[in-house]
Amino acid sequence: MNNLVIMPIIIPLLAGLILILFSKNIGFQRFFSASAILASGYVAVILLQQIKGKGIQVLQAGGWEAPFGISIVADMFSALLLLSASIVAFFCLMYAFKSIGRERENHYFYPFYLFLITGVNGSFLTGDLFNLFVCFEVMLISSYVLLSLGGTRIQLRESIKYVLINVLSSSLFLIAVAYLYAMLGTLNFAHLSLRVADAGQDGLLTTVALLFLIVFGMKAALFLFFWLPGSYSAPPTAIAAIFAALLTKVGIYALFRTFTLVFYHEPQITHFIIGILGALTMILGAIGAIAYWEIKKILTYNVIVGVGFIMAGLASSTHYGMMGSIYYLIHDILIKALIILLGGTIIYIMGTSKLKEISGLIRNHPFLGWMFFIAALSLAGIPPLSGFLGKVFITRGTFESEYYWLGGIGLFTSLMVLYSIMKIFMNVFWGETNVSKEMEKGTAKGLVLPIAGLTGLTITLGIGAEGIAESVRIAADGLLNPSLYIEAVIGESQFGSK
Amino acid sequence: MIPNDVILRSVTKAAIVIIFTFSIYLFFGGHHNPGGGFIGGLSVASGLVLLYLSFDIETVSKNIPVDFKKVAAFGVLLALLTGMSSLFVGKPFLNQTFGYFELPIFGKTELATAVLFDVGVALAVIGTAVTIILSISEDG
Repeated sequence: MNNLVIMPIIIPLLAGLILILFSKNIGFQRFFSASAILASGYVAVILLQQIKGKGIQVLQAGGWEAPFGISIVADMFSALLLLSASIVAFFCLMYAFKSIGRERENHYFYPFYLFLITGVNGSFLTGDLFNLFVCFEVMLISSYVLLSLGGTRIQLRESIKYVLINVLSSSLFLIAVAYLYAMLGTLNFAHLSLRVADAGQDGLLTTVALLFLIVFGMKAALFLFFWLPGSYSAPPTAIAAIFAALLTKVGIYALFRTFTLVFYHEPQITHFIIGILGALTMILGAIGAIAYWEIKKILTYNVIVGVGFIMAGLASSTHYGMMGSIYYLIHDILIKALIILLGGTIIYIMGTSKLKEISGLIRNHPFLGWMFFIAALSLAGIPPLSGFLGKVFITRGTFESEYYWLGGIGLFTSLMVLYSIMKIFMNVFWGETNVSKEMEKGTAKGLVLPIAGLTGLTITLGIGAEGIAESVRIAADGLLNPSLYIEAVIGESQFGSK
Repeated sequence: MIPNDVILRSVTKAAIVIIFTFSIYLFFGGHHNPGGGFIGGLSVASGLVLLYLSFDIETVSKNIPVDFKKVAAFGVLLALLTGMSSLFVGKPFLNQTFGYFELPIFGKTELATAVLFDVGVALAVIGTAVTIILSISEDG
């Protein structure tokens, strides 16, 4: 029992509720929401230390033993994701302070932002399939509100699509849970894993596994990403950045959890299909990224490419593949927030998203320009930066498991990603300066600070990758040995260490 | 604007007492019989909607001067704090306790902290339902 495990869920929830009660005082709202996110990040750091020292941390909510109550489980994988989610949430919040506008702040922006973080943290920590569904809904309902908050025409149009697609996938999730419960009679991840191992993963269970693949794939924009480019380009920049950084990652996390802990017995079917879907996602996303001449579209298609790439690591299900996926997942959370914030800042300064109308921005904004350059290189995976190590490990993993085509497609799409993002850089920042400083639509003052913070992090994560290597190795071990997780959750209650 | 609706108003005045009593009955019966925080809160909300229908919004909000958005937030806060209270005595989150007490009128009564959680649920349901009704009824 360790009550600290639930803290990353409670802290933002409590803070959000208090902020609804004191909705008039904007200064208090800003300060309080930032400190709540910092506090949950701090808890994630402590959890990381504890997991390193004492193994997976478990809390049985209400004191009910494992298969009967709800288990809240923090293993290394979820702790790393919690930490990176908190860091990104903090920087996006800082960006929101300057950019989101008084109108939205008065209409409960900060509470809903905190509820979104609650849902994300809850999804990372839960050890129970139905509780995962509930945390998904907490996250999704907050994201519906954040997407439509402000009520501009394009936001309303895109939120209708977004809500419809998510209601559909949530009901599919519920149906999949119902099938699984009817077959196995339990919903606890660890217990499910035991029961699946006992029963042997037959055709029916594999079918349910594929249903989960569709559900989480829809959330994670794995192949079923048709909803993503529209809905992620509608909301204000700070919100789009937090969406791109966290929402698809929660779907990816759920895929990793289910396909490493529960349905890992038929990898030649399930993991092979994941590999195919990952490859298709990479190719289609990369085609989208190079096809458009609009900053928002290019960046949102880059979000999709990243998802496909992380899935390649899961498909390989080797130690290197898993380590690569974890590195890349952490990197991807940071870099997608960074690149969307950068793109949003450019659009804010120039008042347009069309590449052909912008040129020569580097003369007036050299700092912004070079940070965009660093972010672009990091996104493509150039060695000293954070995207490199993940790509190397994932490629090695796919080659080891003899999915050469998958690794090849991953490398090829990296080139296309580099091309698409350099297209933005060269068009926007180089060339003749067509807009003088006075003619700009907005100022980047104050917006650069969170961007600089994230850029610093992507450099640090690239150069100091050794620093988290131990944690990533433990996380990958945990993913490949489900017995560690099961022992931590079920074992504790059986031997009664109250 | 509203025509002469003396019958509606008189019936409402009698019915509302019955509805609220029944809600309280449902709420407290939740541990041993069908009922509980959700349905109890929902029937209170339906009683309030009946009040809004038969009188106008200004009259009702003058007599029940609460912001229902805050009621909802306060309800969830109460439920969360009930869950958190077990943290201070070193028990897992959401742990609950109960005991038997001699109360003046009721005699020996079982009191459980789960009821406080249910109060939170009920307030959240009332707050949410009434907020929805009030905000869609507002003019532009």
